[in-house]
Amino acid sequence: MATKRLTFNFPPHLIDQPVTYQLITEHNLKVNILRARITPREWGRLVVEISGKKKNLDAGLQFATDLGLDIKPLALDVQWNADKCIECTACSSVCPTGALSVERKEMHVSFDHEKCIACELCIPACPYEAMQIRF
Amino acid sequence: MSNFQVNKSIQEINEKIKSGKAVVVTAEEMIDIVKKNGGVKAAQQVDVVTTGTFAPMCSSGAFINFGPVSPPIKASKVWLNDVLAYAGIAAVDIYIGATEPSEEDPLNKIHPGAFTYGGGHVIGDLVAGKAIKLRAEAYGTDCYPRRQYEKKIRLKNLNHAVLCNPRNGYQNYNCAVNLSKKTIYTYMGVLKPNAANANYSTSGQLSPLFNDPLYRTVGLGTRIFLGGAQGYVAWPGTQHRPGVDRGDNDTPLVPAGTLMVIGDLKQMDPRWLLGVSMLGYGCSLAVGLGVPIPILDEEMARYTAVSDEELFAPIVDYSEDYPKGIGRTIEQVSYAKLKSGSFRFNGREVQAVPLSSLPRAREIAEILKKWISKGKFLLGEPQHFLPTV
Repeated sequence: MATKRLTFNFPPHLIDQPVTYQLITEHNLKVNILRARITPREWGRLVVEISGKKKNLDAGLQFATDLGLDIKPLALDVQWNADKCIECTACSSVCPTGALSVERKEMHVSFDHEKCIACELCIPACPYEAMQIRF
Repeated sequence: MSNFQVNKSIQEINEKIKSGKAVVVTAEEMIDIVKKNGGVKAAQQVDVVTTGTFAPMCSSGAFINFGPVSPPIKASKVWLNDVLAYAGIAAVDIYIGATEPSEEDPLNKIHPGAFTYGGGHVIGDLVAGKAIKLRAEAYGTDCYPRRQYEKKIRLKNLNHAVLCNPRNGYQNYNCAVNLSKKTIYTYMGVLKPNAANANYSTSGQLSPLFNDPLYRTVGLGTRIFLGGAQGYVAWPGTQHRPGVDRGDNDTPLVPAGTLMVIGDLKQMDPRWLLGVSMLGYGCSLAVGLGVPIPILDEEMARYTAVSDEELFAPIVDYSEDYPKGIGRTIEQVSYAKLKSGSFRFNGREVQAVPLSSLPRAREIAEILKKWISKGKFLLGEPQHFLPTV
């Protein structure tokens, strides 16, 4: 079994295509949609956790890429700018997955990309603009 | 005559600092020293205890003189990067307040507003050496004929720029919770419903006024770390309120003493003055502040040895009580529990985070310690003390 957290960026002409359905039924993949933003005539964005046999996963992602989807690993999406962070820790109380956490005693903030689901709650909650999202 | 076994004066301590012999420790280091050696011995050993705090302090701002302007202008309205400054002082003197939002800001029209730029950011940008667009309007007089003025200003080119914060360094502060059923957006951060999180904002055992609870050594003229430079305590801060309930160690159980502080903005460092955007609330300025406490006697040694276990914050509801002006403390919680990351409240574990940066507070206490140990920083002798109980 392989698992990947990815951002699917849909060009406008693919918005009405049931890509997720095809990934599930034709490639036997588990798709967990973490976030979705779909606007007519604009690029759509789907944040997914996708898992299955490595062979199926590779084939499924090849299929989606061939269709015209721009697929990026989620880890690149949300960025913690350590230079701007003053470690006030306000982000950690809004982060639902513990991706942003506080090492107690020393009270240092750390950001674990693996746990981030790009829910974006931290971005406005940070008073110092230390959290950024890159589309 | 004093009843203490140890009696030191600020002048004596300053002589030791000048000769490089002063013993300086941080308020965290002092805890173990007093625990191990007792107050008297600790007072003999240690001369100065350093403190620190770094957090949004809304009651902050800077006086700026942007002259000379030729032909001269008696500015009646002034904007810095579209943030309105107060111009009702003389011709080219202004005061830029930390919480003033940009005039173009949509505020809370779409709630919660982001408040991306305001007075605190202007001050932060000035200190970072960035150019700021100044725009002034005037009605024109015989002596000041000019009616409009625009200029890019930089801190290094200004005549005078003085950080003057009417209320900083709150001695204790509320631990904010939200007892309602929907998320609220406050100056204490985002508070989730049903008291799912709790936000507090002091550095606890490192906090300046927790270490001198009755203001025995702090007053007008006390030299401090302010925004990365040497500054001064100018006066009791606004809302300074010494007469509140206190614990056996004399520390207040609710917000009490405050400091008005002042310093030369030109000497300051952007690491220690930063614009703040509080979601749904507004703009502010994060200020780095550290106060050195002279250990004059064993009582000051014991005061500065106070630890998070013995300091308590009042838990206050920001959904109903605070907006209605009801000053109710639901219960007390120790800073030790708050710093552990969670505490038991309303029958469940509540996540607690500070808005005040503890790593930065520690850094300030260490910097101050270094300055004093190296003889670069002498203690200021208060000329007028803060009102006490």
